[in-house]
Amino acid sequence: MTAAAETYYEKRGLIGTLGRDGLLQIILVANTFIMLAPIVIMVFSAFKTNMEIFQSPFSLPDFTNVANFVKIWTQTNFLRYLANSFIVTGASMVCILTLGTMAAYAIARYQFFGASFILMFFLAGLTLPLKLAIIPLFMLMRDLGILNNQLSLIAVYTAMGLPTTVFIMTGFIRTLPSELEDAARMDGASEARIMWSIMLPLVRPAMVIAGIQNVVPIWNDFFFPLVFIQNDSLKTLPQGLTTFMGEYTTDWGVLFSGLTLSAAPIILIYIMLSRQFINGMTSGAVK
Amino acid sequence: MPQLRLTGRGLWITVLIAPPLAFVALFIVYPIVAAFAYAFYDWQGLMRGDFVGLANFHQVLFVEPYASWTRNAFTHNIIVFFALMVLQNGVGFILAYALWRELPGARFHRVAVFLPVVLSTIIVGYLWKLFLHPLFGVVNQSLKAVGLPFLAQPWLGQDTTALWALIFANAWHMVGFPTLVFLAGMQRIPGEILDAVRMETESEWVKITKIVWPLVAPSATVVFVLLFVGAFNWFELPYIMAGLDGSPYGSTDVLGLYFYRTAFGNVSAGQQNFGLGSALAVLIFVFIAAVASVITVRLRAREIQI
Repeated sequence: MTAAAETYYEKRGLIGTLGRDGLLQIILVANTFIMLAPIVIMVFSAFKTNMEIFQSPFSLPDFTNVANFVKIWTQTNFLRYLANSFIVTGASMVCILTLGTMAAYAIARYQFFGASFILMFFLAGLTLPLKLAIIPLFMLMRDLGILNNQLSLIAVYTAMGLPTTVFIMTGFIRTLPSELEDAARMDGASEARIMWSIMLPLVRPAMVIAGIQNVVPIWNDFFFPLVFIQNDSLKTLPQGLTTFMGEYTTDWGVLFSGLTLSAAPIILIYIMLSRQFINGMTSGAVK
Repeated sequence: MPQLRLTGRGLWITVLIAPPLAFVALFIVYPIVAAFAYAFYDWQGLMRGDFVGLANFHQVLFVEPYASWTRNAFTHNIIVFFALMVLQNGVGFILAYALWRELPGARFHRVAVFLPVVLSTIIVGYLWKLFLHPLFGVVNQSLKAVGLPFLAQPWLGQDTTALWALIFANAWHMVGFPTLVFLAGMQRIPGEILDAVRMETESEWVKITKIVWPLVAPSATVVFVLLFVGAFNWFELPYIMAGLDGSPYGSTDVLGLYFYRTAFGNVSAGQQNFGLGSALAVLIFVFIAAVASVITVRLRAREIQI
């Protein structure tokens, strides 16, 4: 081996010195820092006064100073927005899971004329960007008399959630064995009874996946309330946030505590159920 | 008797299937079909006027000032798509590769990278708007603190940086999604293939380009298409961070904002035009559908069955 070649092999580059895994670990730590630092600064700033935010943005705050939160609690509609988001998201989820399971069950367990066509009809809704149909939707809600009414949001969210739900649930219900069903049928149980008492208890895992995949976009949605809802007392959290941010533009402590309070519910649930969240939210993209 | 039983079951299936079908038909299919029809009419506020054929399309594509607005917004959407392709999907692939090795702390890093994804775009938009504030935002404060005060800029206030600030905020928000989709793809690569590669080559580069990248092709197809649809539907983040007019001076205007402004009017213009808005919606819709199906077919062709 020549001297030149030897030095080439002895010279170890960045990867050689750190080891490949060392380099990858550095990338991961740096990225995690970039992901978490903004959220930590947001939470810290929520406990600070304007002065403290501008002079020492990174310092630990005095966590007993909750003046900003008190202001939000007493002077804004924040609790109303939060309650509205719960009502709209909750009602939409009940409708999505009920209707989605009904359709999926019919398609998966019975053979009837047009079943595959109906499944295709639902799946067509998977990819359509409904935002672009907002003008006819607006007119439709007006004609139905539910503009400026949370029913308009529940209706749109339910329709948007059905394609993914039917897709996930149909696939799952098809895998269930038919022995239980046949035995119950032999004993004279009605079709409704078979579905309710025998099959439904088995589909809960698929319901969790379909539920998480839909609950996050619905809870976070801003576009449809922006168009459908005018009345301040009916606004959902993301929409109410825009009103609130407009009113307190100079009070940064209150702004950060508003953002912190809005982010808190979903962050806490995510930390507790991160595996289910990740599986649920990527389940449409991971086959 | 069998006849009766059949009707009973037919009724039961109808009861199950009709309500969900009605929801999808009324709130998804009908509005999309109607959006196409609306574009061919003249609109006076909320009243539909005369049939005008392709006049609305002609106006948004070829009549000034609409033509320049359309071109300007469309160009920005293209920039956003390619920039996010690198910053979001490219970085996502690297992060997925790093997570895949299951180094110590991988579980924690995985949870951290996905955390911003669960937040509302509204929260993310306002958070970065505050952080990018020219005087009091933490971005400029940090630059001053590390001795680089000349880099501090009014990021959202000047037309050279505003769109890039939005792109960065979007990448921060969503990078976890392609990361975990790619990671799921990598985890499905069979161990025998990886063992065989280890026998053949030491080079990490060869392993990534010749083995991992081709084998995660199905994941790539999904995240590319979703990013494309997302980039041309971009609305919430620019709405919060740059406002409905795509300030400053339209440098952050994108099709979503432009469509919304045209359809529903804005505070300054106050003029709403459902005809022009619908024509824009149809053009965007057809463009997304056409390109997305071409991308899907082309990318599917390079997917390999393991």
